[in-house]
Amino acid sequence: MPLLAYRDALNQAFAEEIERDPNVVLIGEEVAQYDGAYKVTRGLWKKYGDKRVVDTPISEAAFIGMGIGASMLGLRPVIELMFWSFATVAYDQIVNNAGQIRYMSGGLINCPIVIRGPANGGTNVGATHSHTPENWLAAIPGLKVVCAATAYDAKGLMKTAIRDNDPVMFMENTLLYGEEWEVPEEEYLIPLGVADVKREGTDISLIGHGRAILTALKAAEVLAAEHDINAEVVDLRSIRPLDEEAILNSVRKTHRAVLVDENKAFCGVSAQISSIIMEKAFDDLDAPVGRVCSLDAPAIYSPALEPLQLPTVDRIIRKVKEIC
Amino acid sequence: MPIITMPKLSDTMTEGTIARWRKKKGDTIKFGDILAEVETDKATMEMEAFDEGVLAEIYVPDGGKAPVGSKIALILGDGETAESASEAPAKAEAGAAAKPAAAAKDDRPAAPVTSSAGGSRIKASPLARKIAAERGVSLEGVVGTGPGGRIIARDVPEKGAAPAAASAAPAAPKIEAKAGEGDTKVPLTNMRRVIAERLLASKQQNPHFYLSIEVDAGPLMRIRKELNSANESAGLPKLTVNDFVLLAVSRAAAQHPYVNASWGGDSIIQFGSVNISVAVAVEDGLVTPVIRNADKLSLKEISAAVKDLAKRARDKKLKPEEFAGGTITVSNLGAYGIEQFYAIINPPQAAILAVGAIVRKPVVNAKGEIVVGERMNISLSGDHRVVDGAVGADFLATLRRLVENPALMLF
Repeated sequence: MPLLAYRDALNQAFAEEIERDPNVVLIGEEVAQYDGAYKVTRGLWKKYGDKRVVDTPISEAAFIGMGIGASMLGLRPVIELMFWSFATVAYDQIVNNAGQIRYMSGGLINCPIVIRGPANGGTNVGATHSHTPENWLAAIPGLKVVCAATAYDAKGLMKTAIRDNDPVMFMENTLLYGEEWEVPEEEYLIPLGVADVKREGTDISLIGHGRAILTALKAAEVLAAEHDINAEVVDLRSIRPLDEEAILNSVRKTHRAVLVDENKAFCGVSAQISSIIMEKAFDDLDAPVGRVCSLDAPAIYSPALEPLQLPTVDRIIRKVKEIC
Repeated sequence: MPIITMPKLSDTMTEGTIARWRKKKGDTIKFGDILAEVETDKATMEMEAFDEGVLAEIYVPDGGKAPVGSKIALILGDGETAESASEAPAKAEAGAAAKPAAAAKDDRPAAPVTSSAGGSRIKASPLARKIAAERGVSLEGVVGTGPGGRIIARDVPEKGAAPAAASAAPAAPKIEAKAGEGDTKVPLTNMRRVIAERLLASKQQNPHFYLSIEVDAGPLMRIRKELNSANESAGLPKLTVNDFVLLAVSRAAAQHPYVNASWGGDSIIQFGSVNISVAVAVEDGLVTPVIRNADKLSLKEISAAVKDLAKRARDKKLKPEEFAGGTITVSNLGAYGIEQFYAIINPPQAAILAVGAIVRKPVVNAKGEIVVGERMNISLSGDHRVVDGAVGADFLATLRRLVENPALMLF
């Protein structure tokens, strides 16, 4: 299987879906002529032209609102946010319009858009550019939220997201854009709401999403090599819909869980997972659920300190040792 | 209302098997009816009903095992349902006091009925509790190895292993050396491993206490000299000092059943015979073969038995049963010039005697004169659960009287 960078896997997903469905259109700041701020849409404007890849002014509220309106009339806009952190200026469009239209119209109108872009800390771009808003958005009934950890998942999930008839918030990661994974040449789709056990284990479940899963996998290797602890790593892949069964099955098998989450702990995705485990797998727990999250502060700008704010291999190992 | 539990039908019974239910579900039960036949570790016994009603539930089928105290059946009286039965204990406890309280319109919630009246809450993980419930075992007394002493899944005792769980020692840090350069690592023999395990268990589980007494070995030495010169001319083997000590211990132990005893968990077992374990140093360790019924043997027989056991111990020719069944142990390091020492109790016995060398030294005699005496030190290590200080002292006094007056052992 060929190795493909995360950004190129997404690029393939866009190209395949543009060719498959004439309603698919890419929208965003510099997505066309400049190939995207992070070059995720490289070459697509040249290949598919102005009608399929559209540059916008710097106004997230305007172009997301435009995309939502277009989707109501049948298009399938894939809207790039240069940073997911900028979604806050378009929050009304996302939450109130995209998120509520199916319900408010009694099911007559749906909103098949994808809003996508990087949503991560760790790149020294400051507190206003480093939010991880998957928990904010997953809290809204009506929105779907996807976080892809690998190139393979990014492509398969993106194609499904584009075909989904509801608004899908797709969280990418600038630290992963250049990372390569095996991606098959033939077409494949990954359904939303299906978690992926990225490493089988018996002693503890490390559960998370996005890049935190890669940190968890590294921690699992160290735990196996140095601490004789065989960790299972469960990648949620989508936060809404959420694969509860996968979470519960893993915990019922290992009887312990440490949740790894680049969200802040307070009201983070892992807080929700923790609650589900406690309510539905209480009698299977042999230890309290542990969490390793980003430290509770605005994203630290200091390059020396910022990496320590995110979950680290060391912090995961320490937490695992605490409850194992 | 009554929940029928597995009765404890013998001292050592921890679980029972329902050999056969004599009543079926739905049968009417009268006081004194035989409900079932219960097989214990020793016998099959009939279990009588102490309650009247209808046998509503059988929880343990024919052939099924259940720990003592676990529920095996339910008998419902008139108008009772299984639901009311499960609430019954709480109701019964509240008893008559419940009604006046209600009449007084006291709407404070009733005091919660805690599962561990008087005790502190057992800290156990949900999984450990679930497994314990499935196995029908109690977590009371179980030592938790999880963080903060929490009982976790691996700590839950197996069904039927009940008391063992309570005695499971907390995981203490292991004291283990590592061989460095120039050091020799000697692999453990089975004997060494057994010595290590048993004596560690003894020191950890038996509360040792120590008594020591100095005896006048002069009379013993005189009679030994006389007998040995007679033996020599008759071509018989020599008697050792230890033969006399063993003779004295056998007679003293027979007179002190409290010392010739063992801790039995829920009782103290006093042995019907005196079987002396004799510590014999062998090439790579120590064994303790047993002189059986020593209290019935003559000096000559004891001497012959020890010689035979010691020789075969050194030749590794002893049979396993020859190590078993000792009721008290004698260890004698006199031949090495050791004047006094204390030994570790040989479990499950309750006492061990440590005998030192006979030493010539100045003593003050009954007339207040300093004379040359032949003195021997005998120390007793006792398991205080079985032997108290005064009882041990009494035993040592008897032992001294016998050693100092060998004629008393002629009967």
